Amino acid sequence: MADQLLDAKGLNCPLPILRAKKALKDVAMGGTLEVLATDPGAVKDFEAFCRATGNELLASNVEGKVYSFVIKRMS
Amino acid sequence: MSNESNAKSMSMIVTKGTLDWAYPPFILATTAAAMGIDVTMFFTFYGLGLLKKKLNLKVSPLGNAAMEMPMLGMHIGMPNMVAAIPGVDAAATAMMKNLIKRKGVASIEELRTLAVEADVKMIACQMTMDLFEYKLEDMIEGPVLGGAATYIENATKCDINLFI
Repeated sequence: MADQLLDAKGLNCPLPILRAKKALKDVAMGGTLEVLATDPGAVKDFEAFCRATGNELLASNVEGKVYSFVIKRMS
Repeated sequence: MSNESNAKSMSMIVTKGTLDWAYPPFILATTAAAMGIDVTMFFTFYGLGLLKKKLNLKVSPLGNAAMEMPMLGMHIGMPNMVAAIPGVDAAATAMMKNLIKRKGVASIEELRTLAVEADVKMIACQMTMDLFEYKLEDMIEGPVLGGAATYIENATKCDINLFI
């Protein structure tokens, strides 16, 4: 279970990333944020976002139409 | 975002002010800022109107052959003859805004606010302000006035420079 949950379902590019960036500020260093999204583009975008920001993408899953990502705050 | 050391940087020249053309610069600026990149946007010519406090952005199918809207299970474009009829622009704009809302795409106002909040640097072209007789008080808070040299000095230091 992640420390924080962000529901970005129904939002389109780039809102899931922008909301995640904002939500990460409230996560302690080393803590985790789970993001739920329905934008299929979010899969590649969260990988790129984490690589560029130095955060760690712990998990990337899909269940039906909902994608979930677990990000560990490292920066 | 300037607190990140060795941050990469991006600049953009924003020259177009219709609803469709307003999206790429604001999407890229907000996303880059979220990725820790220093962003500068230079608003010139029709792009400058995107800094007005009150936006009333429009899209026109006239002369826009690639514009087709998903309708009735297919994609419908519009011949110029039809697109030129009064009221068609307004109808197309309303349809586009409706589509944007329905698909969970952010509004330009929302993206612009996010860009300002993310410390995206905005430069309003002084020459265009004079040319189109815009007043500073009609513009949102945040942008600074500048010219070509201001932009170019900034662009020489950027990793990415875009013209939109």
